Amino acid sequence: MDSFFVRFKNALVLIALVLLQIVALAVQVQRPVEGTLPGSAPDGKRITLLRRWTVALVTPPERAVHAVSLHTRHVWDNYLYLRGARRQNEQLKQEVTELREEQAAFAEDAAQGRRLETMLGFQHKYIAKTVAAQVIGTSGSDRSHVLYLDKGWSEGLRPDQAVITPYGVVGKLRDVFPHTSQLLLINDSSSGAGVLLESSRIRGILRGTSSGEVEINNLTQDSRIKPGETVVTSGGDMVFPRGLPVGTIESIAPDPQHQPYTAIVIKPAADLARLEEVLVITGTSGTMPAAAQADAAQAEATAEETRRAADVLAQKLPSIGDDTQAKPQIGPDGKPVAAATPSDEVGGLPGVPNSGLPKVTPAVHPDRYTPGATPPAEELKPGAPAQPPSGSAQPQGGAAQPQTSGGSTPKADER
Amino acid sequence: MPEHSYTSRRELDQYAFRPAVTILAPLLCLILQAMLPKTFPKFTYIDLPLIATIFFAVARRNPISGTITGTVIGLLQDGLTGHPFGVNGIAKGVVGYIAASIGFAIDVDNVISRVLLNFGFSLLQSGMLYLISRRLLGDASVHLQPMHELIRAVATTVVAIPIFYMLDRFKIRE
Repeated sequence: MDSFFVRFKNALVLIALVLLQIVALAVQVQRPVEGTLPGSAPDGKRITLLRRWTVALVTPPERAVHAVSLHTRHVWDNYLYLRGARRQNEQLKQEVTELREEQAAFAEDAAQGRRLETMLGFQHKYIAKTVAAQVIGTSGSDRSHVLYLDKGWSEGLRPDQAVITPYGVVGKLRDVFPHTSQLLLINDSSSGAGVLLESSRIRGILRGTSSGEVEINNLTQDSRIKPGETVVTSGGDMVFPRGLPVGTIESIAPDPQHQPYTAIVIKPAADLARLEEVLVITGTSGTMPAAAQADAAQAEATAEETRRAADVLAQKLPSIGDDTQAKPQIGPDGKPVAAATPSDEVGGLPGVPNSGLPKVTPAVHPDRYTPGATPPAEELKPGAPAQPPSGSAQPQGGAAQPQTSGGSTPKADER
Repeated sequence: MPEHSYTSRRELDQYAFRPAVTILAPLLCLILQAMLPKTFPKFTYIDLPLIATIFFAVARRNPISGTITGTVIGLLQDGLTGHPFGVNGIAKGVVGYIAASIGFAIDVDNVISRVLLNFGFSLLQSGMLYLISRRLLGDASVHLQPMHELIRAVATTVVAIPIFYMLDRFKIRE
C-alpha cells in the first residue's frame, strides 16, 4: 500500500488538489440571489475574505505605481506640456457659450417635463451624490471584465452602486473592500442592466458576453429597432438611475442560439477599455439637487432673455405678415374692409384654418397654378380642355397646351 | 531497475530558487498582469502568471512542486477576477504538473523546446478554462474562439522567451 502512495504520489497530489477545487467551485456556484445574474452578486463571507487577501496582496503596489504615474503626469501636464493651452482655452470658452445657448433651448422643455411629471406623480430618481474614483488595476484577464478602484467602504462605497462617467454607464460595484472596490463592467458576462431604446421606447435587458461585447438578447425582431438608436438605462434594475446613456445600437442580427430572439450589439458610450476616472453614484433623491436646480433656473432665465430679444427683433424688423396690417384693405365702395381674422385664413385663402404659414403674395399674372384658380377635382372631366383662369395671359407661341385630365395634369405637364 | 546516479540527467538539470525569487517572481507577474492592461488593453492576450508557472515547473522538474506552484498562482489570479476560486487554480495546477513531468524528457534550456512548451501549454490552458467554465460551471455564454486562443498562445510565447532567459539568472543548481 505504501508503495502505491509513494509510486503515485505526484498524480495523487494533483488529483487531490483538483478535487478540492472542484468541491470549492461547487460551493461557490450557488443559486444566484433573486433578481441578480450568476456571478454579478457579491461573494459570500468566506470567499470575500479570500478575495480580500488577494486584493490586499496586489493592490498596494498598484496603488503606489498609480500614484507615481499620476504625480508625473500632473507635473508634465500642468507645468511642462502647456503647448496649445491658450488656444484650447479659447475653444473651450466658445464651446461653453454654445452649450449655454443649447441648454437654454432645452430648459423650457425640461421645465415642462418636470411639471408633467409632478402632475402625474412620477417618481424620478436624480443623482444626488457621487464619489470620484480612479482606476488602479484590472483583473488581468480578457475573460473577466473587472477593474479595481482606489476608493472603498471607508469612502462610502457599497456593493451594487452604479458607476458612470460623463459619457455614460460603465458598470456597478461588486465587492467593496476597506480602501479598494471591484467594478464589474457592463461588458462582463455576468453583468446585466435594464435598458430602454430611446426613440422606440422598447425595454430590454443588457448583458455582457464572454467576448467582451455588450448586447440585448431578450427582444424579438422588430422593424422599429434600427442601428444608431441611443440606448439609456430604464431604472427597472434598481441599480442604475433612469435615463443614463448606455450606448448606441451597432448591429442587429438573429441570435442563432436563442431563437426567435435577436442579438442587438451595443457600442458603449463610455470607452470601457480605457477608463481612468469614474463616478460612483452613492446617493439618489426624488428631488433635483440644489446645484442642478440653480443650473436649470439659470438656463430658464437665459431662455427667457433669448425669447425677449427675439420678440424685440421681430417687432423691429418688417415681415411678410406685416403687409396686411400696415396697409388697410379698401373695399369696392371705398371703405376699409375688416381684415380676415387669423383663425380663418392661411396663405391668403379665406375659410381655411390658420396653420401659422405666411401669406402668399397675390400673383401678378395668375395662371392655372395660382391657388384658387383650379376648379375642384369633382368638376373636372377627363379629356375636357382646361379653362384658362380669368385675367391670365394666353400662352405665347400660339400652340395651345393640351391637358389630359384634371387630377393628373400638373405632373404630366411638368414632364 | 536502473538507479539514478548523482550524474543522472534529472539531478543535473534540477534547479532550485531562493525563497524570495520563488515568491516575488510570480507575484510580480500577477501585479504586472493586473496593471498593464489598464494602459495597454491588448495586454490581456498575454498570460504572465502562466509563464511563471511553466518556468518554475520545468526548472524544478518536480511534479508536486509544479502542481502546487500552478495552483497557488491560479488561485491568486482567480482572486482578482470576478470568477469563482478554482477556475484558474485547476487549469494552472494541471499545467504545472504536466510541465514538470515532461521536463524530464526534453531539453528545457533549448529555445525551440521553450517555444513549443509555452505555445502548447497556452492552448492547453485555454481548452481547460473552456471546459471548466462551460461544463463545470455551466456558463453557456462561454464559447471557444480558436483564432483568439491561437493569437493568445503566440503572444504569450513571444513574451515568455525573454522572461525565461531573465529568470534563468536566478537558477541555483541543486
